[in-house]
Amino acid sequence: MNLFKLAYRNLGRNKTRSLLSALAVAVGMSLLLLMVAMLEGEMRGALQNTIRLQSGHLQIRSASYDENKISLKWEDLIENPDQVVEKVKSLPQVTVVAPRLIASGILTLSDESKGVQILGIEPDSAANQPFRDGMVAGEFLKADDREGILIGVILADKLKLKVGDTVNLLVTTSNGDVDEQLFTIRGIFTTKTPGFDESTVFMPLAKAQAITATENHISTIFVLLQNSEQAEPVAQALKSDNFKILTWQEQNDFVVQFEDYANAFFFFLYLIVLGITATVVTNTLVMAVFERTREIGILAAIGMKGRGIMAQFLAEAALLATGGVIGGLIIGGVMVYFATVKGFYIGDFGVTGILFEERIYAHLTLGNTINLAIITYIITLVASLYPATLAARMEPVEALHGG
Amino acid sequence: MEVTKVTNATRVFKIGEIETKALRGVDLSIASGEFTALVGPSGSGKTTLLQLIGLLDQPTTGNVIINGQDATNLNRNQRADLRKDAIGFVFQFFALIPTLTAYENVEMPLLLNGTKPAQRKARVNEMLEAVGLSDRGHHRPDQLSGGQQQRVAVARALATNPKLILADEPTANLDTENGKQVMDIMQKLNKETGVTFVFATHDPRVISYARRVVTLQDGLITKDLWVH
Repeated sequence: MNLFKLAYRNLGRNKTRSLLSALAVAVGMSLLLLMVAMLEGEMRGALQNTIRLQSGHLQIRSASYDENKISLKWEDLIENPDQVVEKVKSLPQVTVVAPRLIASGILTLSDESKGVQILGIEPDSAANQPFRDGMVAGEFLKADDREGILIGVILADKLKLKVGDTVNLLVTTSNGDVDEQLFTIRGIFTTKTPGFDESTVFMPLAKAQAITATENHISTIFVLLQNSEQAEPVAQALKSDNFKILTWQEQNDFVVQFEDYANAFFFFLYLIVLGITATVVTNTLVMAVFERTREIGILAAIGMKGRGIMAQFLAEAALLATGGVIGGLIIGGVMVYFATVKGFYIGDFGVTGILFEERIYAHLTLGNTINLAIITYIITLVASLYPATLAARMEPVEALHGG
Repeated sequence: MEVTKVTNATRVFKIGEIETKALRGVDLSIASGEFTALVGPSGSGKTTLLQLIGLLDQPTTGNVIINGQDATNLNRNQRADLRKDAIGFVFQFFALIPTLTAYENVEMPLLLNGTKPAQRKARVNEMLEAVGLSDRGHHRPDQLSGGQQQRVAVARALATNPKLILADEPTANLDTENGKQVMDIMQKLNKETGVTFVFATHDPRVISYARRVVTLQDGLITKDLWVH
């Protein structure tokens, strides 16, 4: 008589209870799959977004440039970047190179103002493709435009601005003065990233250099590579005393830290879900032990040792776990599929330094799926240890009089 | 040859501060091939004595010897091994595993002692035939009558060829006809195979089958008679 055949029959004695227990395991596992996939998708999306829109795979800056101060002093900027740009472009891993000037300013209307980050860009650069693709109104900038700017859709909504409207922009210049000029809104873009769309203004690089009095200087050279793993070797290849080369990891350490924090937080959520699942399994098997006390006594009387009795209940737990894990993969698979295709709207998540998209999409890896299936299986078996031990430790004479 | 010997056995149950002396110093020796009834009123200690002999329980003081081996100080696993090899049980309630067929119930002790499949099959069929249930092997307990279930229990008790079968009120839940069938089978197997039967009972019909009647009262053996 096979142990698992007997376990299957025992579970079949109370089909509803066994099915509900397996369902509890399945629901627990599917929730875990969804949570892991959402967290993975959210962090992955945030990182890709941040690389695509803000950090690139690499940025090349002047050795003395302090990104926190958004310095515009000439000595903190790169002068005549063309030579460096050409050198970077010559590397086979490099796909996009774009010099940018970063400045801070205040956008003012008659009764409202809003602090913004001004990005001076080369409008024709491929680095601007995400913004070009995200145009919701008007046109993209032209290189020779001296009065036009692009603003994000959230900024436009908040200040009730539309294409063609004129706004006043106050800008700090390289020598510490403040300059201001009227600009016309040429277009409104969205990156589906509230943090970015609320605070970014684009203007042509030449115009940005003119208004900030930085002349032929730029703040940074934005570089995209074929893939993110190439960042470190390319950074090594470009190493120079005059510049600092920052990889996407170095620029986004807050994202990585945030991910660690989120992982720790989610770990407790996983424990709660697994704890509930384990309690259901323990409860089911404890009930089974008490219902079958006399049978345990009979088995002990005919010579079955404690470990044999324990194995019977562990086999039942293994079958529950198998059913639960398969069910969890199916239910969780469907949930994750929809979360991957449709995503969840989260709006402005509001974490400074991380560009979360307004909609997060699940991303489930095979490794995570296998890990969760194994963890769920083990937790279910661990949950059965108490009832199995309870059964194994019953004194035959007492068990025979029970039930 | 002695199959079991109990020496000066006492068994005291303690519930809270209250002590109940189920056995007060019992000496009993059962020889191979006996067909012995332990009789007495409820609470006389006959079931307790049967449980001590069956190593399902341990004496508070005294000794229990099975097949010449002192089993008094054996641990749980050692007692389980000795039960598996040397003792078969028939209980008052029809003590079959409800999820197993009659065949599988009889097969269970053979699985536990590692009998090879071919021998196992032959032995199960032999035992089912011996109790007249060859055609009921694939029936589950709930598809069998009380008498048939008890006959399956007898077949299971004898499957591993133990020297001693202990039966606790084996006919208590059976009608007269089924009770007689079960006792006839046990008597026949005792005569044909020489296996020792010890049963606790207060049913006069069962007592009439016994060749030796040991009477207990208040935890002591008060009479020990050979009746045939």
